[in-house]
Amino acid sequence: MLIATSTRRTFLQAGAALLASTALPAIARAESAPSGGRLIVAADSEPKNLNPAIVASNGVFFVASKVIEPLAEASFTEKDGLSPRLATSWEGSEDGLSVTFRLRENVTWHDGKPFTSADVAFSALNVWKPLQNLGRVVFAHLETVETPDATTAIFRFSKPTPLQLIRNALPVVSSVMPRHLYEGTDIATNPANTKLVGTGPFRFAEYKPGEYYRLTRNETYWEKDQPKLDEIVFRVLPDRAGAGAALEAEEIQLAAFSAVPLADLDRISKVPGISVITKGYEALTYQLVVEINHRRKELADLKVRQAIAHAIDRKFVVDTIFLGYAAAATGPVPRNAPEFYEADVETYPFDVDKANALLDEAGYVRGADGTRFSLKLRPAPYFNETRQFGDYLRQALAAIGINAELVNADSAAHQKAVYTDHDFDLAIAPPVFRGDPAISTTILVQSGIPDGTPFSNQGGYANAELDGIIAKAAETVDTAARTELYRQFQKLVAADLPLINVAEWGFITVARDTVLNVASNPRWAVSNWADTALRG
Amino acid sequence: MAGSVNRALRIAGRRVLASIPVLLIVIVLTFLLLETASGDAVDAYLLSIGGGDATVAEGLRQAYGLDQSMPARLWLYLSALARLDLGRSVAFDRPVLGLVFERLPNTLLLMASATALAFGLGSALGILAGARPGSLRDRLLSTASLIVYAIPGFWLGLVLAIVFAVQLRWLPTSGIETIASGRTGLSRAADIAAHLVLPVGTLALIYTALYLRVMRAGMAGIWRLDFALFARAKGLSRRRIVLRHVARNALLPLVTMLGLQSAAMLGGSVVIESIFAIPGFGRLAQEAVSGRDTALLTGIIIVSAVLVMLVNLAVDIVYAALDPRVGASEPGR
Repeated sequence: MLIATSTRRTFLQAGAALLASTALPAIARAESAPSGGRLIVAADSEPKNLNPAIVASNGVFFVASKVIEPLAEASFTEKDGLSPRLATSWEGSEDGLSVTFRLRENVTWHDGKPFTSADVAFSALNVWKPLQNLGRVVFAHLETVETPDATTAIFRFSKPTPLQLIRNALPVVSSVMPRHLYEGTDIATNPANTKLVGTGPFRFAEYKPGEYYRLTRNETYWEKDQPKLDEIVFRVLPDRAGAGAALEAEEIQLAAFSAVPLADLDRISKVPGISVITKGYEALTYQLVVEINHRRKELADLKVRQAIAHAIDRKFVVDTIFLGYAAAATGPVPRNAPEFYEADVETYPFDVDKANALLDEAGYVRGADGTRFSLKLRPAPYFNETRQFGDYLRQALAAIGINAELVNADSAAHQKAVYTDHDFDLAIAPPVFRGDPAISTTILVQSGIPDGTPFSNQGGYANAELDGIIAKAAETVDTAARTELYRQFQKLVAADLPLINVAEWGFITVARDTVLNVASNPRWAVSNWADTALRG
Repeated sequence: MAGSVNRALRIAGRRVLASIPVLLIVIVLTFLLLETASGDAVDAYLLSIGGGDATVAEGLRQAYGLDQSMPARLWLYLSALARLDLGRSVAFDRPVLGLVFERLPNTLLLMASATALAFGLGSALGILAGARPGSLRDRLLSTASLIVYAIPGFWLGLVLAIVFAVQLRWLPTSGIETIASGRTGLSRAADIAAHLVLPVGTLALIYTALYLRVMRAGMAGIWRLDFALFARAKGLSRRRIVLRHVARNALLPLVTMLGLQSAAMLGGSVVIESIFAIPGFGRLAQEAVSGRDTALLTGIIIVSAVLVMLVNLAVDIVYAALDPRVGASEPGR
């Protein structure tokens, strides 16, 4: 996940170049940034469990990442694409059976107790491995964590575990929790899950349900002269129009995660003192995907899947639905992950005639009413863009003689229909790429996943060759060989189309120009904001 | 005097008794309604945390008792309710009672202010319009009120927020009070009042039109009645006839509507609370539905139903005081 300047350039060329110029002033590094002040930002959800070691979701990280720190955070420029946090270095053994972390010295928890390797060992064995949705994959073979001294933690695995995967997963899976508060308690219901105690630059001060979360400066933070801010307040604004209005009225200074809808960006970017910033989400790339139910006879036919892929005008989707704030996708790994991205794959340029020809070839000729067959199409309701793409796809399919019945449902109903009941033919999903295919993409195509697993392959697709590559990559320790396996993986997915990747996008931050050091790393919105400051 | 208090008590007692089966039906219907919606609280929760595997889902379903059959869960809920236990919210992982009473004051404040404003403004404008039915003033007021009534609440709220909070910056855009301001006493009350102007204004404007039209229609009818003609024939001043005779008699249907509107107002507050980010009942209900949180939603509905019943009870008592004929013929004397 080494995201250096060149890749950012690639991404910008891929679609968002227009915004770079407006975003630059706010992103300019301000080493001598002024200290103090209260930063008020918009929040749209209130997670009941705020513990990022248990729930590794963006909604939780948004608040919790300022309080609880991972071993390392994503970085644009540093080695391995990682910036050290609680760990200062990491080294894997040749055989892939152990990883040694050197930990930062003189770090204390917010309640004054010292941070040691015992906290890391406890978190890894009692939380990340058994309780966390992604940690279960990364640390599946973790057996013990040895702590020869207070600043060394040696992870020992029963089977080879690639260091590349661990490195890429560190920002997401390695939030360290205070052992002295959790040991011997029921971790899932511990009160510290809502009243966080961490080592981060901010302390958890207050939560008023329905109103706000308030964090205050940690005066004894290990990094000199940080944090810059006195307070961060996350103000709960459930209505999207509300976030834009509050920004304009200067009641809040920043709205991340596209809290301001795309349609409003053009107007709000013209308001003096407000910038639209597309950077800072490179490691949180969302993918617009058409999920396919391969139990349907027609869809089990590769020609039909190819025809559907050819029927989608990706440029139209990017320009009209995402208003340019996205890029067309070629396969299951986004361009923003250059470590893995493979450009040389089968592509499906927009070509209605070819799509029609493929369907004729497959034997699905148009009936008297011009229709070949009918499908049930379920767009995920989580984003405006997924719903709008549902409307578009229905029309695109009509052009090739496929009648799609659009079924819109709310989140819980969609979840059950697609991932438990398999009551769909096509579904539109927005999975997120989390820096490594093993914790993002493979679950969408691999077979043998139990029914009811959200955001996984529930389309009944099974491909022994693909499963073989996924299994091999999971135990390939050599970084180059593992990367090569994922390049093959992409070629195979693009050729066999277990699902169709349409576009990829990052979120947008809208901030007042007084906020400094916005988007300073590829997971900025969910990082610690220790260097974020307010201009006086 | 003692007679009227007795009568009020009797009305209250009868109402409470009559409401128990209604409440029971409401609870069972709510339960069944959420049951017909696809997906349960665990689906909604897993979604909110970005996924999880099937064993986790199974464990959660067991922990919350969602793996049991629907009749078993309904029975468990009802028997807990009989012990006055509203249960535990899955989405918030807290007892429902605490959640509900935490949000209730904000919604009550919003609804009471909006009802008072709508009733006051609506009846005042209604009197102005009904004083001379058919006049230019009447037509202007009636047309304007229809236009306001036809505007969707969320749109009106957004426009008012853009004008008064974003452009003019006279008022805050949203929230119930300035966050973490440390204000106390009168300064805090003033702060809350400033935050309530836009949401109360939006909610009240819509209902003002209703009160205006009912008042005006009532008055227009009364002008034709004998006693109004008699008052005019007596040579009373027009002002006196309008206020003492016509408007006063047209007030009764308005009071009836006040009771009926209290339920509609609760519904309207869902939208307004969401737009203005007020942590109230309506927003809680919305979150309960999307989270498939049966216990929470049922709890909210029970408290809302009690609230509406209380308002209607108060209306009946006021009614009996305004018009002694009401209640005189009721059975049970």
